[in-house]
Amino acid sequence: MKRAISVTVNGTKHSHEVEPRLLLVHFIREVLGLTGTHVGCDTSNCGACTIMMNGRAIKACTLLAVQADGAQLQTVEGLATNGDLHPIQQGFWEEHGLQCGFCTPGMMMAALELLRRHPDPSEAQIREGLEGNLCRCTGYQHIVNAIQNAAGKLRGRPSPAPQAQPVR
Amino acid sequence: MAVSALFGASIRRREDPRLITGQATYTDDMRLPGMTHACIVRSPHAHARITRIDADAARRHPGVVAVFTGKDLAGKINPIPTAWLVPNADLKTPPHPALAVDRVRYVGDGVAVVVAEDPYTARDAAALVKVDYEPLPAIVNQEQAVGAGAPQLHTEAPNNVAFTWKLAGGDTAAAFAEAERDGVVVRQRFVNQRLIPNAMETRSVVAKYTSSSGELTVWYTTQNPHIARFLMSVVTGIPEHKIRVVAPEVGGGFGSKIPFYADEAIVAFCARATGRPVKWTEDRRENYLATIHGRDHITDLEIAARRDGTLLGVRGKTWANLGAYLSTAAPGVPTILHGLILTGCYTIPNLTYEVVGVFTNTTPVDAYRGAGRPEATYLIERMVDLVAGRLGLEPAEIRRKNFIGADQFPYTTVEGLSYDSGNYVPALDKALELIDYKRLREAQQQGPKDGRYLGIGLSTYVEICGLGPSAVAGAVGFQGGLWESATVRLHPTGKATVFTGASPHGQGEETTFAQLVADELGLPIDDIEVVHGDTGAISMGWGTYGSRSTVVGGAAIVLAARRVRDKATKIAAHMLEVAEGDLTFAQGRFSVRGSPDRAKTIQEVTLQAYLAWSLPAGVEPSLEASAYYDPTNFTFPFGTHAAVVKVDADTGQVELRRYVAVDDCGRVINPLIVDGQVHGGVVQGVAQALHEAAVYSPEGQLLTGSMADYAVPRARMFPRFVTGRTETPSPHNPIGVKGVGETGTIASTPAVVNAVMDALRSFGITHIDMPLTPERIWTAIHSQKRHEKASEVKAR
Repeated sequence: MKRAISVTVNGTKHSHEVEPRLLLVHFIREVLGLTGTHVGCDTSNCGACTIMMNGRAIKACTLLAVQADGAQLQTVEGLATNGDLHPIQQGFWEEHGLQCGFCTPGMMMAALELLRRHPDPSEAQIREGLEGNLCRCTGYQHIVNAIQNAAGKLRGRPSPAPQAQPVR
Repeated sequence: MAVSALFGASIRRREDPRLITGQATYTDDMRLPGMTHACIVRSPHAHARITRIDADAARRHPGVVAVFTGKDLAGKINPIPTAWLVPNADLKTPPHPALAVDRVRYVGDGVAVVVAEDPYTARDAAALVKVDYEPLPAIVNQEQAVGAGAPQLHTEAPNNVAFTWKLAGGDTAAAFAEAERDGVVVRQRFVNQRLIPNAMETRSVVAKYTSSSGELTVWYTTQNPHIARFLMSVVTGIPEHKIRVVAPEVGGGFGSKIPFYADEAIVAFCARATGRPVKWTEDRRENYLATIHGRDHITDLEIAARRDGTLLGVRGKTWANLGAYLSTAAPGVPTILHGLILTGCYTIPNLTYEVVGVFTNTTPVDAYRGAGRPEATYLIERMVDLVAGRLGLEPAEIRRKNFIGADQFPYTTVEGLSYDSGNYVPALDKALELIDYKRLREAQQQGPKDGRYLGIGLSTYVEICGLGPSAVAGAVGFQGGLWESATVRLHPTGKATVFTGASPHGQGEETTFAQLVADELGLPIDDIEVVHGDTGAISMGWGTYGSRSTVVGGAAIVLAARRVRDKATKIAAHMLEVAEGDLTFAQGRFSVRGSPDRAKTIQEVTLQAYLAWSLPAGVEPSLEASAYYDPTNFTFPFGTHAAVVKVDADTGQVELRRYVAVDDCGRVINPLIVDGQVHGGVVQGVAQALHEAAVYSPEGQLLTGSMADYAVPRARMFPRFVTGRTETPSPHNPIGVKGVGETGTIASTPAVVNAVMDALRSFGITHIDMPLTPERIWTAIHSQKRHEKASEVKAR
């Protein structure tokens, strides 16, 4: 009944026998013990479980572990390198992009995808790019700032301070 | 008050490194040796008799450890209590069994629990528990529930009435007589719709029982671990000193993690009965059914005013839906936390108000961010706009005219509260300036552009924060104290651990509290650790809710730190062989006045306090102090929020174009964190105005039962917010703070609704109930047009 799968997570290869119905997010959390990836809903709406699979952001609650057989995965635990925070992590820290922190790992992985597509995103692009991720604490504004901050770091220069748009 | 380096500084949060690296431990991240997993079988019926439960197949399922039903728990687990026994309201407290025995009263009511080796198996087996129900008629609307012939939930509560609470002050009849004669009376029905709190982390419990010692340890998603321990003891019969409750990382609460739920008691029971640790984690759909909801008021309100806009009196009645059982704080939310702030920031001398709390076949309703105060602010702020509209007054000016004056504080309201301090005009002016009010009104004069109507809405609010004086808690029936504890402990090497009875879960108090202690003791902030959320480490605490943690918990911490400093001063004087009065303390150094080279650092003093080789007479070794701060009053933050919307008349779509929040929460410890609290609150309040609603079918099925159906707001729905502040310190709080956790939610809902109604003014529309969805707005516009056409025809 169980099936053997092999995945590389944050650079480390893992081989396990899993039930075919096991969700990828449960595989990551329960089998591998990487609990930084969270589960916030059961309908693929909240994005708390967002991880990178083969370089693209996916919702790990929406895939079965067996579907990830052979894949390269990156989770929040794999964002920092050699103890140095990723610019996205730095941005979230510096701009107060998190409060309770529960949505944050998924939010940061979504930001990773967003910045891959738009290295110099407008505020509107950031807000659109977070369509699949819910946060109940921050009101999103500091998350937008955090992603702008990270974008600046990744491009090697700080982003201009954000301004509210005048109403016409 | 110490002149300080960190009070007022936007430093980065100290809790963030663990949260951004995935190293934080939330309850569901925990794994104990031998741990099992529970799944609770819940009623699919809103109201039914249970005629039979057959759990044999579930028990036989491989991997199942145990199955328990309500009958198994009966006599072993006491009913789940409510902890707010509002007096003089004829409150009924029908029993709430942890698992239903013979009757279920809402969809989601627990009927059995399965314990299994893994969560998938527990869920499989839960599906095998066969429950025979005999459905009964259900009732979900609170106004209908009190009517003749409505289905009855509890024999203890005839007509489904849980309580009738009345509030009166002044001479309301005379005020309305005057207005009827010579002024204006505005009447309106308002619906504060039911909301679902939606903390991103659902509830989760891990319980471990050690039979040899009789000790129960419970890790769980709570905002108030000591209240949880107290109630866990009451419900399970396990002595309080044998229970340890830990709130690990908690992923948001917004009030929904205040209550003591049946589920916690069920999981504790399972751990004790099976001898194995048990974990239970809600899935989101279960969270929507089994975790409390908020708001859900229907209100008939009338307000009396003179022609010049002077507000004379308010009269009204609210039907508050409480759901199927009384949740922990449920009776206090629509009464004490609601009625007592109804006249808001205005000098309204006459009030008559009645709140009827009603049982219905729905999920229990309790405190959701703001808890009673958003509902009240919505009522008064909408009413003030309606009066302004009727009298042709400018919304900003009618507010200004009726504000409590800066020279009137402390101000005793008609409800009997004493507002500590306030200065409402500068906050209003600042908001008007930041939103560019004058220019917007001019732009509005030019009429709609491309069928899009501009609207500007204001909300000037005041709220009850910093809950609160324990004597008041007792007087209003809250079955607890509302003081807070703090211990500041210096270690021999001069590092400090701070223990607080507050239990933050996203508010950043590990940072703000450390800022306070760093200032008081002159310690580097990295030398300070803040510990919270563990009854095993902290003597007592009342938890985090009601914007109280910084106000009450922060004050306790400062008082404890000052006691530490007082003792350190004695020891330093002894070490330096001078009188205490000859010492000054700054930047962590005790220096002799006039000879600053003669000095001891707080670290040197601390070491001597522990070595105790030579202490002054009467001074005991060690260096730590505790404080138990019980405030003398609530705090009353206030402010003005302003919203600008554009409404598309063809589609009914509302676009929130601009939002300004000017809040006065007294002194500000960390402006970045305060901004974050305001932003988050505003989004929740705007979402009530425009998007969110928990909807039940008449049969009691939750139609908005998942995140796919319930409109939790997303980033693209909002413009960039502008925040501003004025600063009016609380005169009675030792650090002058007032609290900011709920202001955004309280202020923003009426600001946005007022803006939309302002936009729709030319259609003759004065009110639409929330949420202001495109459908509702379109329907209102078009029914108004039909109405006008019909009148035209008649006139011809």
